[in-house]
Amino acid sequence: MQFSELWLRSFVSPDLDSDALGHLLTMAGLEVEEQDGVAAVFSKVVVAQIVEAEKHPNADKLRVCKVDAGQGELLQIVCGAPNAAAGIRIPCALVGADLAGFGIKAAKLRGVESFGMLCSAKELGISEESSGLLILPEDAPVGTDLREYLALNDTLFTIKLTPNRADCLSLTGIAREVAALTGSPLSLPACDPVAATHSDIRAIVLDAPDACPLYSGRIIRGVDAKAPTPEWVKQRLARSGIRSISALVDVTNYVMLELGQPLHAFDEAKLNGAIHVRFPAAGEQVLLLNGQTVTPAADTLLIADESRALALAGVMGGEDSGITLDTTDLFLESAFFAPDAIAGRARAHGFSSDASYRFERGVDFALATKAIERATRLILDVCGGQPGQVVEAVEPGKLPARAPIRLRAARVRRVLGIALSADAVAEMFVRLSLDVVRDGEDFIVTPPSYRFDLEIEEDLIEEIARLHGYDNIPVLSPRGPISMLPRPESRRDAMFVRRLVAGREFQEVINFAFVEEAWEKDFAGNTDPVRLANPIASQMSVMRSTLIGGLVANLATNRKRQTNRVRVFEIGRCFTRSPSGQPVDGFNQPIRLAALAGGLARPEQWGEAGRSVDFFDLKADLEALLFPRVAEFERAVHPALHPGRSAQVVLEGKCIGFIGELHPVWVQRYELGAAPVVFEIELEALLETVTPAYREVSRFPAVTRDLALVVEQDAAAAQLLKGLQSVAPAIVQRIELFDQYQGKGIEQNRKSLAFRVVMQETQRTLEDAEVDAVMTALTRHAEENLGAKLRA
Amino acid sequence: MDQLDQLVAQAEIDFSAAADGAALETAKARYLGKAGSLTELLKGLGKLDPEARKSAGAEINKAKAAIEALLNARRDALQQAALEAQLAAEALDVTLPGRGAGVGGLHPVVRTLERIEQLFRSIGFDVAEGPEIETDFYNFTALNTPANHPARSMHDTFYLENGEGVMLRTHTSPVQIRAMQAHVEAYKDRDTMPELRVIAPGRVYRVDSDATHSPMFHQVEGLWVGESVSFADLKGVVADFLRSFFESDDLQVRFRPSFFPFTEPSAEIDVAFMSGALKGRWLEIAGCGMVHPNVLRFGGIDPERYTGFAFGMGPDRLTMLRYGVNDLRLFFEGDLRFLGQFR
Repeated sequence: MQFSELWLRSFVSPDLDSDALGHLLTMAGLEVEEQDGVAAVFSKVVVAQIVEAEKHPNADKLRVCKVDAGQGELLQIVCGAPNAAAGIRIPCALVGADLAGFGIKAAKLRGVESFGMLCSAKELGISEESSGLLILPEDAPVGTDLREYLALNDTLFTIKLTPNRADCLSLTGIAREVAALTGSPLSLPACDPVAATHSDIRAIVLDAPDACPLYSGRIIRGVDAKAPTPEWVKQRLARSGIRSISALVDVTNYVMLELGQPLHAFDEAKLNGAIHVRFPAAGEQVLLLNGQTVTPAADTLLIADESRALALAGVMGGEDSGITLDTTDLFLESAFFAPDAIAGRARAHGFSSDASYRFERGVDFALATKAIERATRLILDVCGGQPGQVVEAVEPGKLPARAPIRLRAARVRRVLGIALSADAVAEMFVRLSLDVVRDGEDFIVTPPSYRFDLEIEEDLIEEIARLHGYDNIPVLSPRGPISMLPRPESRRDAMFVRRLVAGREFQEVINFAFVEEAWEKDFAGNTDPVRLANPIASQMSVMRSTLIGGLVANLATNRKRQTNRVRVFEIGRCFTRSPSGQPVDGFNQPIRLAALAGGLARPEQWGEAGRSVDFFDLKADLEALLFPRVAEFERAVHPALHPGRSAQVVLEGKCIGFIGELHPVWVQRYELGAAPVVFEIELEALLETVTPAYREVSRFPAVTRDLALVVEQDAAAAQLLKGLQSVAPAIVQRIELFDQYQGKGIEQNRKSLAFRVVMQETQRTLEDAEVDAVMTALTRHAEENLGAKLRA
Repeated sequence: MDQLDQLVAQAEIDFSAAADGAALETAKARYLGKAGSLTELLKGLGKLDPEARKSAGAEINKAKAAIEALLNARRDALQQAALEAQLAAEALDVTLPGRGAGVGGLHPVVRTLERIEQLFRSIGFDVAEGPEIETDFYNFTALNTPANHPARSMHDTFYLENGEGVMLRTHTSPVQIRAMQAHVEAYKDRDTMPELRVIAPGRVYRVDSDATHSPMFHQVEGLWVGESVSFADLKGVVADFLRSFFESDDLQVRFRPSFFPFTEPSAEIDVAFMSGALKGRWLEIAGCGMVHPNVLRFGGIDPERYTGFAFGMGPDRLTMLRYGVNDLRLFFEGDLRFLGQFR
């Protein structure tokens, strides 16, 4: 909502300067987004007339003008504007003028003396662009100060109105608000009835009274549609951001801005029979003012006559029933459309209009007839004509109810935390023009027809807070019953996990949750991803079911920026459809942690030969994150990964994710140079941990024995280890794999795995015989059941 | 006994001449070995009468002690020299860089979220989360925003193909409802329900993309419901938070009336720094208000018995202000040169 301060001040003019007025509005919830003078700061610029314009003797593009600036004698001014011509009235900056810091002095231009400067709109800061001198009306009084003549000592306010304050979508509304906030007197435009001079009327039928309970109409005959719009109307419209079109259109727009009532003018000659406000028949079409032909949905209200649909009610008029410059008789519409009947209808057809914007938020239902009188007055003043009777069709029972609201003083205290006297509250209600009755401690408040936002007690409490001033509500230190929050030791929070991952040299990233469809296919084998209905770009069209794509893209981007060693991780939700998905039916949305490492295993350094990061580096990172819980890694195929270098991660019998080297095909396609290693794990698995439990520490010496076993080359080491552990007696503290060997001394296609067995008793020193028995038993088990042979 | 003195003097010369342990041992043998000079002298004592033997023996033993002392001193000196030589040889260029691993780090916005969580935990707020594909009910209806409500057009919502009644959440406010419902469920068997204090950080989505808007961004929702929670408390908590977050009293905070369907009264929170590049400018950083009675009801809470406040702030914006980042898009580009600055 943009408006001129001068226009506002014609209704209410508190003793505040522009800045203070802006602050007042902002702090009352009418946020001033922009506040600008209508012109640059300048002085000594007057209305002048060019009396003579001769070609400059020494310059093709310059002209030497004789200018009457009301100074008693003609001024000689050299001017370069292409439109400088004898007879026109233009702004003239006199010698000594100051144009936003630029001083005008007498000067010689190519040898000809010049006393002043003729100005364009741009030079005066009135508009952004201009193509020559600003041409003033022919009746502009020569010598008058331009600021006064064009009312340039004005400020444009742009207010960002919240959807609840439709009542402020007009100068009247803002003036009412300013009066309530400051107590300044308010004088609103008169909307006195204009007496009819003929008896022609058009019948109005409310076919859908829930959607349109009130419709006023009037025929005005014999108007001059070509009459010029008065300058002051044009100026106020322009300062509200509305272009002047024709006198009749301008007047309807003017009244809408002034009072808040959207109006529509039909060409009376193009109407046939009674006006109907009704819903469309199936397939019914309307050709709109903007040239669009629409087939409105069944719940879109129409204005129709007896032969056809004319307009989308409260949204936009029709192309072939509207007024033109040839119109002589018009039918003026001023109606109340219920917000629910208008909301979303313009958007459904891909546009919005000033009318729909207002109706869907709520237009004062007591205003329609007043507005038609106001518009009639202005039309008669500007275009002449003979007004008929106002026909008001109304279903009073269907107008919005303004139910009384009970406000309890105690509730005000409780919600706002301030104690206000009953008298102070009553006075605020009076200032807001709310109808109020005292009932003991309580108030019974009935909101006016223009307030659609006052329905419950809290709404009134907000009004009290606004008038009291949010600034004046105290700032209380937080207080309340305190009790400790549960902090289970067997759970870590995600921040803790992040710190662990960062501690292993990974940088956290945040990637978009919508990704390229190809990523889903490549990195998750997902051909049916969750698709957005309205993506902002095709490369952000599907919801990711894996975080890997984003990390791969991070690697590629950073490589392009010469960072080749990349270690990144992300924690985020992944999305898939699933019949059992919860908490939103049909969707699984687990939070996962994924990490990627590419490039050197360690930062480039002087001490050791560099080597590329590999599967086991990343596996060590993952194992450290899961510690003290121990996961199993089982070979598995994953679409993103090298089939021989990938595993699923199993924790307590449940698959919690995968790890592996990126598939060479993707390494090539995504231009990654060398294969990075990645893992992706359910975050939940990393949040759960265990509370430590004490085991006695032995004071007796431990005995260590090694066991080298030869197995098939593709045997899984973990399988063998697990087999040994399963039969190890209690004195075996741990069995560790400490070497893998292939080559000389070992048959082709076989490998040697060396295990260290550590044995210890808490109550005594072990005897050689028991140790030997354990090693014999382990060896026998390995040979008989695990397909291994003791290494020779 | 000039002979003994000479012997001691000669030993000192010989020991000093020994350049290493082996030479010293050879020199030692000349005096104290089986055939050494002193050993020979001691052997000769047997030929003397007892009186003379006694005094001569004492003299020889004295000389022997002197030579042994010289020997030990020389040994120590040689050892010391050897150690010093070894240490000198082992010296490192201590200015070479450490051989350890590099460092990782948290995302700057997460850093902010972590601080927000810590600050709110310190006054008894728990941390909650909710789904990002959200239902129309939780994202709008339960937040007092029925279908066709003009406030819905404030949010440009991402919808899903074949997704009736679901969308990407446009704010973290749905977590308010989920948290209230869970709280009520947890205490349904008790007469009184403890206060509900919770924050909900997370990602949200809107159809919007330019230098100051990202189609995915973050919010932190806050909710405090209790039997005596007022707007004055809301002001206190927010002011306390902002001063703690920016570690400065050098800022002004203002609350200005605004509109959200799910709070009444509602406010925008603006902050202005008293110094620095943004000095004196009011910056919008959060929306807040008293929880609308309809919202409490949707959460299963009786608005007559309980009141509450809620706020939603933008941690991306807070991060930009805190660290002076001037382009929101940097947060989501994954450039390690940028992200690495916040380690």
